[in-house]
Amino acid sequence: MKKRITKLMALLLTTSMLVPMTACSTSKKSASDEHVLNIWCWNDEFQSRFNDYYPEVKKVSKDKSKTYLKDGTVVKWTINENKDNNYQNKLDEALQEQDEKDDNDKIDIFLIEADYALKYVNSSSTLDVVKDIGLTKKDLGDQYKYTKDIVTSKGVQKATSWQATPGLFAYRRTIAKQVLGTDDPKQVQEALGDWNKFNEVAGKAKTAGYQMLSGYDDSFRVYSNNVKQPWVKGDTVTVDENIMNWVKQTKEFTDKGYNNKTSLWSDAWSKDQGPDGKVFGFFYSTWGINFTLMKNSLANPDGKAEVGNGAYGDWAVCEGPAPYYWGGTWLCAAKGTDDKKEIKNIMLKLTCDKENMKKMTENPDIQDYTNTQSGMEEIAQDPKFSSSFLGGQNHVALFSESAKKIDMSNTSKYDQGCNEKIQTAMKDYFDGKVSLDKAKKNFETSIKEVYPNIKKVKWPKD
Amino acid sequence: MVRKMKENKTKKYKRDKHGVWGYVFILPFFLAFAIFQLIPLASTVYYSFFEYYKDGLDIVGPKFVGLRNYIELFGADLPKYMGNTFVLWIVGFIPQIIVSLILAAWFTDERLKIKGKQFFKVVIYMPNLIMASAFSMLFFALFSDIGPINSFLQSIGLIKSPIRFLSSVVGARGLIALMNFLMWFGNTTILLMAAVMGISPSLFEAAQLDGCNHRQIFFKITLPSIRPILVYVFITSMIGGLQMFDVPQILTGGSGSPNRTTTTMIMFLNNHLYSKNNGMAGAVSVVLFVICAILCLAVYKTSDPAGENK
Repeated sequence: MKKRITKLMALLLTTSMLVPMTACSTSKKSASDEHVLNIWCWNDEFQSRFNDYYPEVKKVSKDKSKTYLKDGTVVKWTINENKDNNYQNKLDEALQEQDEKDDNDKIDIFLIEADYALKYVNSSSTLDVVKDIGLTKKDLGDQYKYTKDIVTSKGVQKATSWQATPGLFAYRRTIAKQVLGTDDPKQVQEALGDWNKFNEVAGKAKTAGYQMLSGYDDSFRVYSNNVKQPWVKGDTVTVDENIMNWVKQTKEFTDKGYNNKTSLWSDAWSKDQGPDGKVFGFFYSTWGINFTLMKNSLANPDGKAEVGNGAYGDWAVCEGPAPYYWGGTWLCAAKGTDDKKEIKNIMLKLTCDKENMKKMTENPDIQDYTNTQSGMEEIAQDPKFSSSFLGGQNHVALFSESAKKIDMSNTSKYDQGCNEKIQTAMKDYFDGKVSLDKAKKNFETSIKEVYPNIKKVKWPKD
Repeated sequence: MVRKMKENKTKKYKRDKHGVWGYVFILPFFLAFAIFQLIPLASTVYYSFFEYYKDGLDIVGPKFVGLRNYIELFGADLPKYMGNTFVLWIVGFIPQIIVSLILAAWFTDERLKIKGKQFFKVVIYMPNLIMASAFSMLFFALFSDIGPINSFLQSIGLIKSPIRFLSSVVGARGLIALMNFLMWFGNTTILLMAAVMGISPSLFEAAQLDGCNHRQIFFKITLPSIRPILVYVFITSMIGGLQMFDVPQILTGGSGSPNRTTTTMIMFLNNHLYSKNNGMAGAVSVVLFVICAILCLAVYKTSDPAGENK
């Protein structure tokens, strides 16, 4: 008897050790018959637009992880933060397993950003929004051309966006008055119309006790969007002359004390946008002004955003030295989805419906710049529309001018890594820690690490 | 006769049947080891000879390239990252071992009669309980250009403009070494204390009777007696240092800045894993494995009691 028990115990112990290993492999079956639409994104921006502006929404679950639609469909949100490429890593894995999954577990819609859009657009993981999903050229006709160009591969449009993200130069009115004697956007634009004028004003700002820009990366996008060739062709990275112009300008600004030596998104950079900031202005695109800059400019971040709270109302925007864009989010339909009809309806309502999108722009809490040319023109002409954060200026009017000039023909799927790595590498040069040649070498090393298929880096001749 | 038969029977029974159960009991470990360690290890070595990475969503390879990954690796900056790792480790280790030795000697000295020993032991061990990444985030905030340290130094008038700690080689490396020192000196102190307390008190008494002073007791008795533990601390710290990752990774945002002087071996490995470059990452891992193995062999050699008695 005793022997039996010992044996039994031994068996039990060994098997119990094995159980956790095998438990993971048993496949999950969907619990109910409900129809699920899976949307993948990296923050709650699109989620909140969807919940507020998609007309089919019936209710939202308490933790916001699910949205219930009127026809009984459940929208399941999968939000993975983008830090350290986390979002793309998880997304790539999920897309690879797409074919083996139940219909309710398959990704139906996922969101992408401009810097790596081509990685997905050029792949077979995304569907043609016209042929596969069924949006017509007419539906997409009112969208800004550049928002379609960037997600078009070999003549096939693979994604669609509800926003356009033209960039502007946002400046502090009080500082502009001291440096230029005026805070009127037209006159300030006159003074900052090209890079030479811009650098000149930087000198004036310095004598008045201010810095023109906060840090090293502030003007990067304005240069990198106006390049003559894409970052990567074949296995070669070509550094455009305009990128080197950014390096030259930033080094000059740093040595002369025209900037505060901060890096993008650092706490010092955010603080420069606050009430005590001594920085003339920031290059920001649509989302940045109403989302990031406004938050950073408040003295009391928990208080109401209104005139009197920090630098609220002390800002204004002008077009700056060159047109550019920054950021932007696109919706992709994932290959293998079983919900093309719903996807079509969502894309139609959120990215092609002029009235719906105008409402997003007119909502004072959002003021997103939406992807409808005619709608934005109307708001631009509307004398009643203004932003109290920007001292009563109608910024949409300026954005709509700038959005037309955006040229996205020179993007590549390696833009994200190239942009990040050149900023990191050049920072040491700006700091005076390494020579320009060494900084270039460091860029070459890191870009080959990120993209193993890159074999050569070509620099412009001095 | 009957009794003898019985004895034989039990002996036989023990050998034949219970022996099998022993194997059954250790089977789970070997299974787990094979699945989670041995097979991945073998595949790491295997893939280190291949070109195998991801270009966007497309997988390139695996294509056999022989030793190309290794040649590229040593042609690239690998020696530099080895050097970085060594510098970051040694700069933290030297103060760590000195402080730990002094504290261990003080805490175990009967004549000093330190009050609240237990309290101090807990306090010095505390930093080790904090997650390295959290500790690193804390230092990142403390020593940022507009952080509290700079504000404080400015307000008491020591400096005029903020010190940009993380933009200078000395600053960034110094902070990493400081963090490693703070995190590990408590642990080392407790190890060394245990070693010191293992020395026979009669040795100390004899020395005192012979008129030795503190310094002589420390150098002539304490140090030689705790040599095996010192070697152990040295080797484990070296292996830990070789694997240094989270502190510099988070403090520099993964860039190993400035000028890649804080990029450690594992950060270099992480850079390749980031791009899903299995071939190169495998090659880096194999090199690391070899270095670790050599160090482990050194542990066995030095902790060998036969060598000890020489």
